[in-house]
Amino acid sequence: MSLLEIKNLNITYKTRKETIVASSNVNFTLERGEILGIVGESGSGKSTIANAIINLIDPPGEITSGLIKFDDTELQNNEEIIRKIRGRKIGFVFQDPQTSLNPLFKIKDQLIETIQTHLNLSYEAALTKSINLLEEVGIENARKRIEDYPHQFSGGMRQRVVIALAISCEPDLIIADEPTTALDVSIQFQILSLLKELTKKRNLGVIIITHDMGVIAETTNKVIVMRHGVIVEQGNTKDLLTQPKSTEARSLVISVPPTNKKINRFKLISPDGKEITSSSANLTKNIIKTWGIRENTNKKLLNFSNVSKVFDDHFISSSKNLIDLKSVRAVNDVSFELYEGETLGLVGESGSGKSTIAKIITGLVKPSSGEIEYDNFSLYNSKRKYQIAKSRGQIQMIFQDPYSSLNPRFKVKDIIAEPLKFFQKKITKSDLNQNIYDLIDIVGMTRKSLDRYPHEFSGGQRQRISIARALATRPRLLICDEPTSALDVSIQAQILNLLKDIQDELHLTMLFISHDLPVIRQMCNRIVVLKNGIVCETNETEELFNHPSHVYTKELISLMPKIESIV
Amino acid sequence: MILKIFNKFYDTDIGYSFFNSKIAVISSSIFFVIFLCSFFAGIVAPYNPFDPASVSLMDAFTPPIWSEGGSSGFLLGTDQQGRDMFSTMIYGSRISLIVGFASIFFAMTLGVFLGITAGYIGGRYEIIIMRITDVQLTIPTILMALLVDGIARAVISRSMHDEMAIYVLIFAIGISEWPQFARVTRASTLVEKNKEYISASRIIGLSNMIIMFKHILPNILRPILVIATIGLALAIITESTLSFLGVGVPPTTPSLGTLIRFGNNFLFSGEWWITFFPAIFLVVLALSINLLGDWMRDALNPKLKKR
Repeated sequence: MSLLEIKNLNITYKTRKETIVASSNVNFTLERGEILGIVGESGSGKSTIANAIINLIDPPGEITSGLIKFDDTELQNNEEIIRKIRGRKIGFVFQDPQTSLNPLFKIKDQLIETIQTHLNLSYEAALTKSINLLEEVGIENARKRIEDYPHQFSGGMRQRVVIALAISCEPDLIIADEPTTALDVSIQFQILSLLKELTKKRNLGVIIITHDMGVIAETTNKVIVMRHGVIVEQGNTKDLLTQPKSTEARSLVISVPPTNKKINRFKLISPDGKEITSSSANLTKNIIKTWGIRENTNKKLLNFSNVSKVFDDHFISSSKNLIDLKSVRAVNDVSFELYEGETLGLVGESGSGKSTIAKIITGLVKPSSGEIEYDNFSLYNSKRKYQIAKSRGQIQMIFQDPYSSLNPRFKVKDIIAEPLKFFQKKITKSDLNQNIYDLIDIVGMTRKSLDRYPHEFSGGQRQRISIARALATRPRLLICDEPTSALDVSIQAQILNLLKDIQDELHLTMLFISHDLPVIRQMCNRIVVLKNGIVCETNETEELFNHPSHVYTKELISLMPKIESIV
Repeated sequence: MILKIFNKFYDTDIGYSFFNSKIAVISSSIFFVIFLCSFFAGIVAPYNPFDPASVSLMDAFTPPIWSEGGSSGFLLGTDQQGRDMFSTMIYGSRISLIVGFASIFFAMTLGVFLGITAGYIGGRYEIIIMRITDVQLTIPTILMALLVDGIARAVISRSMHDEMAIYVLIFAIGISEWPQFARVTRASTLVEKNKEYISASRIIGLSNMIIMFKHILPNILRPILVIATIGLALAIITESTLSFLGVGVPPTTPSLGTLIRFGNNFLFSGEWWITFFPAIFLVVLALSINLLGDWMRDALNPKLKKR
């Protein structure tokens, strides 16, 4: 008898205009001591299944038919039984540890409340049990920390508390929905190890929902690949990752950036199973014609020297005694150079100051001290004012969040036209249209999309529009701030290919910011490793990955989830 | 053609929510009817109460048509000067609506401009603007309007006063309403300016004016529209209150408030209709706008958009 058995599960969302099938004919089983991974692109219905098991589907979604059998009890659409099981027999770990704990209650109260709801224990016994649980998930000094509020814990620690909550009533099954997506690599590693360890020790069944193939490779025994609510392939993790049969699984596996070597381009698979080899080479001809031919001179384009940034609450502290203050330095004496035509990677965990550096170069944030020279002129004048007129749009940026980086009230046409018109005041209407067409062609979108609004596009398409907008000012330096971290792997591969192509054809210089080491490895010539605003190491990519010299770099490289680990 | 536009509107989420909310449909149709009547007052109203030639004192105090002594010429009776109540109300609501719309437009323009610049530019400028709104919000609307009216009376000569009355009223109500707009606009601007599309515009090098009014403003129109609707009802009521107190529009061109004031004198002598009908009319008008504003607030709030 299996711990969890799901048979022919159908879930639909009825809206005013259409009925969306969120899952259809889903079948799988889970045994004790097993970790099952569910992967798929966003919108493939992986979270819906997890929510269906504990009957937490948001209306208007509903289970129309099928069977969910947990420990020989049928669960589907039976709120009464599920309420007894939810939290007691099935624990749940959510994606964002910042929001899944109530900020107004002490950790103690949240744990004891959960325990006393489900287990018949006295307050004292529940307290002792809570302390033991916190120790079990690796929180030091648990007896004291249990009196703390959630905000006093770091993100990783909070996720541990959430896991402690999930296992507090000795459940048989834990469902973890993207448990490490919001966390840094080193913490991700700890959390995944903890989950693996608990699975073995307590003989649990675990379902991990993720889009990260590295996580799948390192933790799971079985994998389910989903697409549009249908399971396209399932099987043992090793077999599936090494010999994927379905197109979807192959496409997922093939578009994961390899961690152990540098490849030239990502291979892409079209829905009918063929490899896509197109390059935008011939499309850039028009652009090159209007831009004029550029050549890589390998000269120094950007000199970022000894820059520091102190975020203080207000302008209360005078700038004179900045050094004395123990204020947080988001960027601390950072120096690097950027040569024309290269791609420099900035890598680091959250809070390492990599985004602040991008903002300083683009003038969104003023540096507290230091000198930034672009093409031999200083980007900030003596009064620390940004000299935007001088750079004339030569520095452009692509942002992380494709959902907020385009003005929702502008048509795509207007989004791209605005910088064109701004820099070429006398542009004729036909020239303008031709320019817009060239740009939309080069990023691989149809000309029909010009008359539509951003909300009609997917994340990857919006990122393409962002790229077109950035290219409209004829930039020489393109800053990419986590351009693919909000995208699915296969889309990520497309966007990264596009960026590579554009760079090759148009001789752009790129500053590529990411926390994702495999992506950095594929994209960059040189890498700067940052930690807490300090440069740890700067080196050529392959040299850095093969022979890291700094302790922190070594740690990062050893901890990143590797899809190759399974092979 | 009209059907096509209608279908397109019905297809949007807002349109769907509108046609599925009885309150929204009823209140907006009432408002629409009142608006049209007052706009075409010359055609709709059987008499022109502002034209002394058409008024006869002989007809004064005629009760409504259905009560004893009613005359078929006067649907809702007449007032103390023999003016037809129905016509006077239609013309009166026109003045109320003009003052309401104009003062809200004035308050909105001022408040949105100050709010958006305060939110976007920040620093000392923002602090000054927001403290001014804080101080002004401690002064009750009516008091503020009375103050402005008092100053205007002292400044403007007596002969000019009647002519200028309506503009003074618009200014007085507008100036007491703008802090609401400024606050909401600033708050929305603060949210919007941290979004990445604004950063992108700044990196391109667009001027602050273009970013504020071309990029931010269209994205924060929803909350402004909601306050403007609810503020419109408030402005109409404030206008009536001021006219009721006798500091509003002159008696020769009465608004709803002025009519209620006149009628109030006769309420206890049995001529109830002179004050009753304008009062009911005012309540219906303000209520329909308010309910429309309530629906709009819910419909435009993405957090409440569940169903």
